[in-house]
Amino acid sequence: MTTSATPRQSLGFLRQRPRWAPPAPLFLLQPLLRRIAQTVAAENPDMFGRLGPHYNALFVIDPVDMPFILLLRPDPENLLLALHRRGNVPDHAARISGSFLDLLMLIDGDLDGDALFFGRKLSVTGNTEAIVCLRNALDDVEGSIAGTVANMFGFAGRAALEALRRASAKQGEPA
Amino acid sequence: MKPPELVCPAGTPSAMRTAVDAGADAVYCGFQNATNARNFPGLNFTLPELEKSVAGAHAGGTRVLLAVNTFPPAGKVDLWKQAVDAGARIGVDAFIVADIGVADYIARTHPGIRLHLSVQAAAASPEAIRYYCREFNVMRVVLPRILTVPEIKSMAAEIPCEIETFIFGNHGLMVEGRCALTNYVTGLSTNMDGVCSPAAQVEYIRDDTGNLSTRLGDFTIDCFSCAENAGYPTICKGRYLTPAHDGAYYAFEEPISLNLSSLLPDLMQAGVSALKIEGRQRSRAYVKSVVSAYRRAVDSIMAGQDPQLDDLLALTEGQKQTQGAFESKRWR
Repeated sequence: MTTSATPRQSLGFLRQRPRWAPPAPLFLLQPLLRRIAQTVAAENPDMFGRLGPHYNALFVIDPVDMPFILLLRPDPENLLLALHRRGNVPDHAARISGSFLDLLMLIDGDLDGDALFFGRKLSVTGNTEAIVCLRNALDDVEGSIAGTVANMFGFAGRAALEALRRASAKQGEPA
Repeated sequence: MKPPELVCPAGTPSAMRTAVDAGADAVYCGFQNATNARNFPGLNFTLPELEKSVAGAHAGGTRVLLAVNTFPPAGKVDLWKQAVDAGARIGVDAFIVADIGVADYIARTHPGIRLHLSVQAAAASPEAIRYYCREFNVMRVVLPRILTVPEIKSMAAEIPCEIETFIFGNHGLMVEGRCALTNYVTGLSTNMDGVCSPAAQVEYIRDDTGNLSTRLGDFTIDCFSCAENAGYPTICKGRYLTPAHDGAYYAFEEPISLNLSSLLPDLMQAGVSALKIEGRQRSRAYVKSVVSAYRRAVDSIMAGQDPQLDDLLALTEGQKQTQGAFESKRWR
C-alpha cells in the first residue's frame, strides 16, 4: 500500500528537527536570509517605488504553522530580513499572518491576497496602508521570488520549492 | 454575432502583462493619482511605466483604456488635463471618463481618441446616454449594475453607442459617482480623490478567539466571527444595528461578488459590445484566473458551444456570488 503525505506532513521538514540535532540557533541563518533579501532586491529594484512612505516600515511575516516569524524592512538602503522566535516579536508597523504555504504562494503571485483574506486564511493587523503598499510592490514583481531564492541553492533549492508547490497543490490551490 | 471585447483590469504593469497573456482584448488602468477611481497606495502606473506597458499591450494585440474617471474639484482640473494629455501622447486607445468637464476637454483637444463613459457617470437612461454621445462623441457607455438583461437589450436599441457591462467583481449597487459614504466618514472622496475606504484609515482588530473587527476611521463597520467569510472594509458592506431589523445586518448590500458567467450568451444577444471584469486592486493571480476563464467562455460561445467557466467562487468577495440586478430587480 502506498500513502501520500498530507500537506501538513509534507511541511514537517520545516517544523521538526531530528532527535539527535540541537535546536538551530536562528542567528546562524541570518547571513543566509540577508543574502536572499539582497538577491531579490537586486533583481527587482523597481518594486521599492510602490512602497511610498512605508519603505522603512517593519513588517512581521507570520507563518502561523511555524515556530518562527520573519521580520522585514523593505528599505533598499537598509534592507532587513530576519528570523525571530515566535515568543520574541519586536515592535513592528504591521503583521501579516497565514499558513507558510499560503504566504509563500502569495509572495510569489500565485495566490490572491484578497481571496485569502475573504476566506479568513490571511489576517492583517497594524498599518493597513503599509500592508497594501507591500502587497502591491510584491505583486508587481515579474517572475517568481521563490524561484529566485530556490535558484540560489541550485538543484536542492529547486527540488525543495517543487515539493512545496506540490504540497500547495494538494491543498487545492494553484501552485 | 460580433465577438464582444473582453475588458480586463490592470493595476500594475505586471498585472497588465498577465491580462494580455491571458487573452484580454482590452485592459483598463490609471495613473498613480486622484484622476482615477482606484487611487490606492502602491497601485497604478507612473507615466514611464504606462508608456512601456501600452507598447507591450499593443504588441500583444490588446487595446489600452485609460481611466480618468474621477471628478476634478474646483480649481484642480489641471491634473486631469495632464493625465489626458499624457495618455494621448503615449497612445492609449480610449479614455474612460465621468466628469463632463474632462469629457469636454478630451472631445475638443483629442478628438481622434475614443471616449468611453465610465460607470462613475451613473448614466442609466437612454436620454442621459444620448446627451453624452451628442455633446462629447462618447463611443461607449459602461452601464451601472442596476439594469436587467431585457432592460439592457432595450437600451441597446435606443442609444447610438456601444454598451459595456460588468460581468465579474464588485457588485456595485450604489449610485456610482455620487456615493458619499466614505467622504462622510473619512473626509476623502471616492469620486474626487479616487479612494473608497482609504487604507490609512482602515484597521483590522482580531481578538483572542479569532473574531475580526473592521474599523474605518472612528467607526466599527463589521465584526466577523472566526467561522465567517469577510468582505472589503467599505461602509456599504458593513453590518449595522437599526430599529428596522433585529440584530446587526447588511443595511446597504452584502459582501458578495457579481458573476455573470451563465448570463454571457444573453448579454451578447442583447447587444453588449464589451464585457468588463472589475478588480484593478486585485492581484495578478486574480487577473490570470478570471481573465483566462472568461476568455475561454466567450470563445466557446462564439464557437457555438456551451460556455464552460471555471469555478471562480474562491476569488469572490465574502466567497459568495450573485447575478444581481442583471437577473432580477429582486436579487436580494
